[in-house]
Amino acid sequence: MEAPVVEVRGLVNRFGGQVVHDGLDMQVERDEVFGIVGGSGSGKSVLLRTILGLQRPLAGVVRINGSDITHLTEAQLRPIKAGYGVAFQSGALYSGLTLLQNVQLPMIEYLELERTALDELALLKIRLVGLPADAADKYPAQLSGGMVKRAAVARALALDPVLLFLDEPTSGLDPVSAAAFDDLVLYLQKQLRLTIVMITHDLDSIFRTCNRVGVIVDHHMESDTLQRIVDHPNPWIQAYFHGERARERAPGERHGA
Amino acid sequence: MPLEVRRTANGLQLDLSGEWGMPQFAALESQLGTLEVGSAREVRVVTQGLTALNLSGAWALRQFLARAGAAGAAVSFDPAPPDQLRLVDETLKAAEPDAVPAAADGESGLLAAIGRWTVDAAGDLTGWLAFLGRVTATLLASLPQPRRLRPISLARHVYDTGITAMPIVALIAFLISVILAYLSAQELRGYGVDIYVADLVTIGVLRELGVLLTAIIVAGRSGSAFAAEIGSMQLNEEVDALIASGVDPFEVLVLPRVLGLIIAMPLLTIVADLVGLSGGALLCRYLLDMPLTQFVHRVQEAIAPTTFWVGMAKAPVFALLIALAGCSRGMQVHGSARVLGHMVTVAVVQAIFLVILADALFAILFMKMNI
Repeated sequence: MEAPVVEVRGLVNRFGGQVVHDGLDMQVERDEVFGIVGGSGSGKSVLLRTILGLQRPLAGVVRINGSDITHLTEAQLRPIKAGYGVAFQSGALYSGLTLLQNVQLPMIEYLELERTALDELALLKIRLVGLPADAADKYPAQLSGGMVKRAAVARALALDPVLLFLDEPTSGLDPVSAAAFDDLVLYLQKQLRLTIVMITHDLDSIFRTCNRVGVIVDHHMESDTLQRIVDHPNPWIQAYFHGERARERAPGERHGA
Repeated sequence: MPLEVRRTANGLQLDLSGEWGMPQFAALESQLGTLEVGSAREVRVVTQGLTALNLSGAWALRQFLARAGAAGAAVSFDPAPPDQLRLVDETLKAAEPDAVPAAADGESGLLAAIGRWTVDAAGDLTGWLAFLGRVTATLLASLPQPRRLRPISLARHVYDTGITAMPIVALIAFLISVILAYLSAQELRGYGVDIYVADLVTIGVLRELGVLLTAIIVAGRSGSAFAAEIGSMQLNEEVDALIASGVDPFEVLVLPRVLGLIIAMPLLTIVADLVGLSGGALLCRYLLDMPLTQFVHRVQEAIAPTTFWVGMAKAPVFALLIALAGCSRGMQVHGSARVLGHMVTVAVVQAIFLVILADALFAILFMKMNI
């Protein structure tokens, strides 16, 4: 059987006396959209930072496409990092560069290409995420909130990764833009056969896009298919999926793939 | 090789095989880019052996096929065009989503540039006056209620801009007065009047150098700090948050900094004057063998009652200019980290320029007043 795209085993993270993760397991298979859910302060962002290698865990193993990134040097990590893209919550676009230059930066780092090829490839990525071509020459400060989110995805796709991490991609968007963003996620997943790992709070987004969901509760992760996780007996998970704000939704409403 | 090219009777056959990913992309792109279509009437693309094709690879293939099509060759696929190619096609052909009309670039050319520069400069000047006006208005409004002068914040700024700057101001004043004394001693010794070194150092430090050097150091230290602090608060929407909660940013951010610096600068100038004179005395003692008593005597001879105050009077004015430059540029930051850096630079350069300009005006003024 094929190795999982992302595999986390026995992850332990602690800050001072505060336990964040205590033996957390997570597994993401190829071609799925995996949602990470959890209360505020439950360690979603720490988990993402650990998977991205921005933070070394106290114990545990993090494998991306089979290689354990917690014991690799920066040079060994480079090809692995080229294989995934990350769209950070606030975009994290480089504010001194135009959108086009933002998308080109990873390409320039990893590839040797002609100027015109760079321009056209970057423009292709910008159009792919549904941004108008004239946004390419704008600076991040000139883009609207929804455009920044899309721009972050365009930059994450610069090197044609097979794995995409999205950190709260729909937070701060109005419901219409959020729904459009969900459609974009589904479209990209289908067209580019991406594996997507997405941290989100947005129930609509989860029901629309995710195949499987991992919920961080009590420093562990409970993960299952969306249909099954909503019936999990854990009280927090029950409150999350069946609370006041979730009452009107059912997993059957899910669109797309 | 992921790409084999064969010339057939009717044209070209491209055999795509294996993986077309990022590692292969640069080589493939240059191979396709330099491939001659020539007189080929047919381009046949065989995709049977292809295991993976990423978007960039599909784009490179599309570029070549478009070139072949333009040269009049018929393109066919065996067995079928890859999905990725269709995706690139769709993306690039799709109607522009809500394209915003580009803003008019306006006139270009030298005359327009001069005109724009003039308008900018005029706007800058009125901006300065408006800023000064708002600071004054805020000050006047807060005077009846001393609590609104934010004494704690004020004390912090006096500490940050004054107390912590003392070591560097003292060091610079000491070194400059030593240089001044040393230089003048060498020249004056030739005329046998090296006793006047004391006069020169005293007048030079008290009237000009003490306060001027202090102002330049403070502009570099605190002018930049003001611009950076307020500027990053602007980027973080903290200033907007203040305004939204009904707090005047001029009252809580600008005024304490301006007043704090106006208090701190004269104090720093006294330090610079003291250390400067000590430096001169030290050099006279050890280089010219002038006893300390004689130095003190010369100093008393040299200074008029106004000498010290001529220097001191400038300190609050310089402080005002530096604080205004720093705070106003900080308030103008918007958008990105690059603007922040630019505004901090502008704040320091402008503060130093204004200080020196004001010093020149003071020199003329004092000359007319005969002091």
